[in-house]
Amino acid sequence: MIALVRRPAPSRLWTVLTPPLAVLATMVAGGLMFAALGKDPVLAIRTIFWDPLFGEFAFYYRGQLLVKAAPLILIAIGLSLGFRAGIWNIGAEGQYILGAITGGAVGLAFYPLDSWIVFPLMVVAGAFGGFLWAMIPALLKVKFRTNEILVSLLLVYVAEQLLAYMALGPLKNPEGQGFPGSRNLSQYDAAANNELIAGSGMHWGVVAAFIAVIAAYVLLNRHLTGYHIRLTGQAPRAARFAGVNPNLLTIFCLGTSGALAGLAGLFEVAGPAGQISIDFNVGYGFTAIIVAFLGRLHPVGILLAGLLMALTYIGGEAAQSQLGLPAAAIQAFQGMLLFFLLAVDMLTNYRLRFGRAQVA
Amino acid sequence: MSGAADLLRIEGLTKAFPGVVANDDVSFAVPAGRIHALLGENGAGKSTLVKMIYGLVAPDKGRMQLHGRDFAPTSPHEARSSGVAMVFQHFSLFDALDVAENVALGMETPPSQRQLARRIREVSEAYGLPLDPTRLVGELSAGERQRVEIVRCLLQDPQLLIMDEPTSVLTPQEVEILFSTLRKLAAEGTAILYISHKLEEIRALCDSATILRQGQVVATCTPSEKSARELAELMVGATLHTPSREPQEGGEVVLRIHDLSMRSANPFGTALKDIDFELRAGEVLGIGGVAGNGQDELLAALSGEARVAAEAVTLKGRPVGQMGPTARRALGLLAAPEERLGHAAAPDMSLTENAVLTGTVREGLTRHGFLDWGKARGFAEQVIERFDVRTPGPGQAARSLSGGNLQKFVIGREILQRPEVLVVNQPTWGVDASAAAAIRQALLDLAANGTAVVVISQDLDELMEISDRFAALNEGRLAAPRPAKGLGIEEIGLMMGGAHDLDTAARAAE
Repeated sequence: MIALVRRPAPSRLWTVLTPPLAVLATMVAGGLMFAALGKDPVLAIRTIFWDPLFGEFAFYYRGQLLVKAAPLILIAIGLSLGFRAGIWNIGAEGQYILGAITGGAVGLAFYPLDSWIVFPLMVVAGAFGGFLWAMIPALLKVKFRTNEILVSLLLVYVAEQLLAYMALGPLKNPEGQGFPGSRNLSQYDAAANNELIAGSGMHWGVVAAFIAVIAAYVLLNRHLTGYHIRLTGQAPRAARFAGVNPNLLTIFCLGTSGALAGLAGLFEVAGPAGQISIDFNVGYGFTAIIVAFLGRLHPVGILLAGLLMALTYIGGEAAQSQLGLPAAAIQAFQGMLLFFLLAVDMLTNYRLRFGRAQVA
Repeated sequence: MSGAADLLRIEGLTKAFPGVVANDDVSFAVPAGRIHALLGENGAGKSTLVKMIYGLVAPDKGRMQLHGRDFAPTSPHEARSSGVAMVFQHFSLFDALDVAENVALGMETPPSQRQLARRIREVSEAYGLPLDPTRLVGELSAGERQRVEIVRCLLQDPQLLIMDEPTSVLTPQEVEILFSTLRKLAAEGTAILYISHKLEEIRALCDSATILRQGQVVATCTPSEKSARELAELMVGATLHTPSREPQEGGEVVLRIHDLSMRSANPFGTALKDIDFELRAGEVLGIGGVAGNGQDELLAALSGEARVAAEAVTLKGRPVGQMGPTARRALGLLAAPEERLGHAAAPDMSLTENAVLTGTVREGLTRHGFLDWGKARGFAEQVIERFDVRTPGPGQAARSLSGGNLQKFVIGREILQRPEVLVVNQPTWGVDASAAAAIRQALLDLAANGTAVVVISQDLDELMEISDRFAALNEGRLAAPRPAKGLGIEEIGLMMGGAHDLDTAARAAE
């Protein structure tokens, strides 16, 4: 018989140990799934985890790693603040889209002005767009006690419609021969979010992601607001007793995560994606939720988790093209990662007891 | 002590947790039909011991026997099926369900609701614990809730009944009813293991007692042959001093509550109705009342967790009713709620972090919004040292402390901030005798230094010991405070309004 016994205090060892263990379990279970699909499991796992970092074409993949990880980290850092306080922003994807639209629109409005001021204005506008979109669930929650999970999630679909309208209408490239999508921002120098060092993958979004990691760390560990966030998540009644205003905290957490998601959208649309198109978004806003939890809602953990998740994306794509694995298998593989992480997480607060308790 | 007649026999039971030996070679026996007390300070190992008997914790070493057979339950389920039942200090009832539904939830194979309701009526009447199976638990008083728990146990026909601090939520009259029930059960052959730190009760009720100190049995005695002081000193291992104080000259009025009415945030809570009182510097106002009569709400209205009309609460002439907890703290109105874990302290946070919980404004623990952890740690260490909080250090999580130690920390945290007015709810609930005495003394010292203190408590002895004036909360109304000196305990019990169903209960108990 196996029994779960609650630990008197969360185990520090297991807090650190569970993510690698979950990755390992994912490799085993994923390998079995790949084998069942008739692929060589070792080769598949190698293609996903090893080749992008150390294989023949690693010089290309490593840059891609940063490009993919940056928006995930940026969004996940914002989400983690709310998640720590029990405020669940599930609609980062929508805020990400809005940031891309507002930031991109500012850039397009200045076209073809060549001034250094254009890009900073786009950054501000992108953050503000995400912030405003997040204020909808925030204010509805504060005023009418609506559930922020539902409101923020449903607003994603509204944002997608808005994006389609913008890409086909107001923001469409007038010189685009009728093709949908805006002008290519990455070819408009004053607005482009290009690589800072050629071939490195390092763009302003990566810089912003690193700054966000550090800022979130300082906020949570050194600032009263961060303390109030943690307190609210752990003991809401104690937080009210301490004087935390739950409404202000809701607005702060949703606003910050919205602004960071908007920033990520702007950096994406001005750089790697290049233009506002119907489907430039690829679900970073949702994947970031996984990244936030994979990183245990800790800034440094999120940094590592974002890189790991980006790796499975890049490796997954490579496995699709090189081994002919179906895209669904890669998604299932990523799902396993979250599943195992949550399952193994039990060990932090509980320990396993095997066999019957003996009274000697 | 003949082995054959002992219902429960414990030999050499040992249980160690990382860092502490909770029980060290504990042996005792409880014969059938006897009421046996388990006495000890908080952290003496009483809880661990009964958890082992109830199958919640497995012992490291030692042997338990029930009816002369080896007994090693691995779960409460197994313990229950062997005839062991337990009434916990904290009730596990659902407010939104009725009595019968709550009882059914704890059963392996519940009978139909009709049958169950009949059984509940039979059992509750047979033992003098009147209980209506169709009432919602949310509407019951604490005493009635306890009856639900007891009846739930009695339906299993237990041979051993464990009661953990059962009287802390009862009025004196309700305590008498409980005692006659327990005596009746014992007369029918049930063995009862009674955990308490209220020495007078143990002397009145129990046939024998095992006294634990730091995990070891220090004495076994017949409580009626010892004085309460002797028992307390055995328990603590030192001589006790009762709190003392100089009589106070009333200072200026610092806190005025006027026409305070407030709805409860909790759907089963009690609304406050037209509460009026004044409090002078250096005065201790004791507020009694049976649990659930508005105590939590009153504390929330005073601490600032609940906003009320601005003029309803005035602090030194300044209306503060609309202010939140932080602003009130800045002005000197501090509070310590009843629930230690989750309200007064965050369970998983360290003591340093918990010092920040209320200490930021008055102790200056932040600069431009950034926390000064060094200073916070210093403050936590100061609380730990001044109030003798037994813990390895301020880095420990709050939930790792025993109830009494955490309570000392929580009260000490407020006292060290030199409040103008301090409001405490149940300051010594579930706290052992020596820690309780220390907390009361600290409150009296605080009053002697000019702080006005409001003590909300259900422990009448405590209120009589430290209050200058006494008032009772009953269904959200506060009776006009009366000087505490000269009030008899009987009279107070009636002031508390705990008498509503006592007549029927007393008759049924006979």
